[in-house]
Amino acid sequence: MQPSSRKKPISFYTLAAFFGLFILFLYGPMLSIFILSFQGTHGNMTFPLRAVSTHWFGDLFTSTRYGDLGGAFRRSMAMALAALAVTAVVCFFAGLAFRKRFWGAGPIFYLSIVSLVIPGLLLSFGIGQMFQLAGLRLHWMISGLGAHLSWTLPFGLLIMFAVLNRFDGSWEEAARDAGATPSQVLRFVTLPILFPGLIAVALFGFTLSYDEFPRSQLTLGTRNTLPLEVANMTSSVTTPALYAIGTITTVISLAVIALAFAAIAAVQRRRGKSARPPSHS
Amino acid sequence: MSAKGEIRIEKVNKAFDATLAVKDVDLVIEAGSYCCMLGPSGCGKTTFLRMIAGHETPTSGRILIGGADVTNIPTGSRGTALMFQNYALFPHLSVQENVAFSLKVAGLGTAERRERAMAMLQRVQLAHLADRVPAQLSGGQQQRVALARALVTNPQVLLLDEPLSALDEFLRLRMRSELKRLQKDLGITFVHVTHTQPEAIALADQVVIMDQGIVEQSGGPRDVYDNPHSPYVARFMGGQNLIFGTVEGSSKSGAAVVDGAGNRFTLSSSDLLKGQKVAFAIRRDGAKLADKPGNAENAIRGEISNIEYQGTFVKVALKTAQKDEFIVYLADGEYFARPRAVGDTICAVWPSTGNHFLAGENNSSGDPSGH
Repeated sequence: MQPSSRKKPISFYTLAAFFGLFILFLYGPMLSIFILSFQGTHGNMTFPLRAVSTHWFGDLFTSTRYGDLGGAFRRSMAMALAALAVTAVVCFFAGLAFRKRFWGAGPIFYLSIVSLVIPGLLLSFGIGQMFQLAGLRLHWMISGLGAHLSWTLPFGLLIMFAVLNRFDGSWEEAARDAGATPSQVLRFVTLPILFPGLIAVALFGFTLSYDEFPRSQLTLGTRNTLPLEVANMTSSVTTPALYAIGTITTVISLAVIALAFAAIAAVQRRRGKSARPPSHS
Repeated sequence: MSAKGEIRIEKVNKAFDATLAVKDVDLVIEAGSYCCMLGPSGCGKTTFLRMIAGHETPTSGRILIGGADVTNIPTGSRGTALMFQNYALFPHLSVQENVAFSLKVAGLGTAERRERAMAMLQRVQLAHLADRVPAQLSGGQQQRVALARALVTNPQVLLLDEPLSALDEFLRLRMRSELKRLQKDLGITFVHVTHTQPEAIALADQVVIMDQGIVEQSGGPRDVYDNPHSPYVARFMGGQNLIFGTVEGSSKSGAAVVDGAGNRFTLSSSDLLKGQKVAFAIRRDGAKLADKPGNAENAIRGEISNIEYQGTFVKVALKTAQKDEFIVYLADGEYFARPRAVGDTICAVWPSTGNHFLAGENNSSGDPSGH
C-alpha cells in the first residue's frame, strides 16, 4: 500500500474525471427519466418538475391513446422467457460440447460468433426477405424469436465458456469413477455445479431479448414488442407517460437481475466460501 | 484363478496422437501389496494409473484385475477406486453426500447410504464434519474425504494419484504413515503414483520405476535402492555415485576398469569383455576419504566442491573427472575427527565389494527437461 500522504499523480485525476463522466452518462439519463416520470398532472416532458404525482403511471393503464401497450409488454415478456429457456438449454450443452475439440469445432464456433458482429438491422432485413421468399408469414414468436436467438445464443455461449473455465473436468471423472452413468453425471454433478453460471447465461438471454430493438424491427409481423411500441410512441405521445414506461421497464429489469443474483448467492452460500476446487500448484 | 486385487498388465501401449505415453509395459502387481509407481513428471506413470482406473483405454494390450480382463470395462465397475490428485470433491455436496455419492448412483436408500458414509467418515476421523461442504475444510481434511469417498465402494484396488503432493511437509509425513496403516488394515492393493523417491521406498512393498513410458525396474524398495538396474535408476533413487569407464582386462574373478583420468577399479562381474564401456555404482555411505589412494585399486581423486553438515552425517562432494559429482556420506564423528576444507584435493576410497555393475543402459538424468 502506498502511504496516503503521497501526492497523487496527474493520471489519477485524469482517470477519476473520466470515471466520473462515465457514471454521469450511465446513471444521469436514467435518473432524469425516473424523476420526470413522477411529473405532476399539468407538467410536461421536460424539467422543471411541477409537482410530484403518479398520475402518468395511472394514465398509462387507463388511457386508450397509448395503443396496445399491455399486449406489447406481454409479448416482450413471453419472448424474453422463451429466449431465456432456449439460450440456457442450448448454451449449456453447446458449452459442454465445445470442451472437446470435435471435428469442425473451430468453424462452427466462428460461424455462430459472426452474428454478434453483423448489424442487427441488416439481419432483421434479411429475415424479412427470407420469410417472404419462402412464402411464410412473419410472426413475433417465430421470426421474431429467431432473430433474438441469433443474438442471445452466441452471447450466452461466450458466457458459458467463461463459466466452464472454472469447471474442473475431474469432478465428472470422479463421478464416473464412483460408478455414475452419463445421465447421472449430468444430473448429479455437471448441472448442479454449473447452475449458478447457468443462471447468468439465462439472465443474459432474458435481458438481451427483452430490450432488443434492431433485430425486432422487420421480424415481428403485425404485432409489436415493447421496445418497438415505445419507439413508435416517441413520435406520437408527448406526455411524461413515456417516462413512466421507462421507469416500469427498468424496475422490471432490475428485479429480474436482483432475483438472479439472489439465486446465485443462495447457491454459493450453501457451498461455503467458494465453488472453486482447491488449488494445488 | 488369480487372487482378488492382483493387477496384471500385458503388453500395454498407450498413444496420444503421435506420442507413445506408455510403451509395451508388462507388469504384475501382487494382490494386497502397496505398489509405488515412481518417475519424473511426463514418464507415463499417471497415464498408467488412469488406464488401470479405466479413465484411459490402452491403445493395445490387456489389463487384468483379480484375473478378470477389464481392458474394456468402464470405470466404476472394475473394482477400482481412484483418489484424484486435486481430490475432485464435489463442491455442491456436503462431506457426507460426497462420501455417499457412489452409493447414491448405485441406487441405495437414503438411510443405508448415510449409515455407510458415516461409518467410513468415522474411519478417517471426520464424522464431526459430515455436514460441512468441501470449501470449508483444510487440505488435509479434504484429502481424508477423498479417501473415504474412494474406499466406500469397497474396491479391490485403490489408486492414488500423487496423494501427498498438495500437503505441507508435516501433514505429508503423517498421511504417509496413515496410508500405510490403512492399507495393512484393509488388505487391498494400493497403487500410489509419486515422483518423490523417499515416499516410495518408505511406503512400498513394490517400487516400479518408470521413464519415458517404459518400466525401467520393478522390485522391493531395498532391491531398487541397493541394486539399481541402470544409471537412470541409480540417479533417480539417489544415494549412489556413478562411475563410467572401460574394461581393461577381464578374468574369472572379475574385471579391471579404468576411467578417463586413469583411476582404476575392480568389478566382480566375470562376463565383461575387454574394451567394453561400463557403468557402475557405489553407495554414498560406502566410501571414505583418504589423502592418498593407497594400494587399494578402488579410489577416485577429486577436489572438494562442497561440504554440508546434515546432523547425523556430513555430505562431502568431490569434483572428479567423471560427469557426476562423487559424494561421500561420512558419519559426523568420523568426519570431525579429520575435517576437510572446500578446495582440498583428496581421494574417495572404498572396497571393491562396494562396486555395483549397472546392466541397464538408460543414462538419462531423471529430469524431464534434461532429456
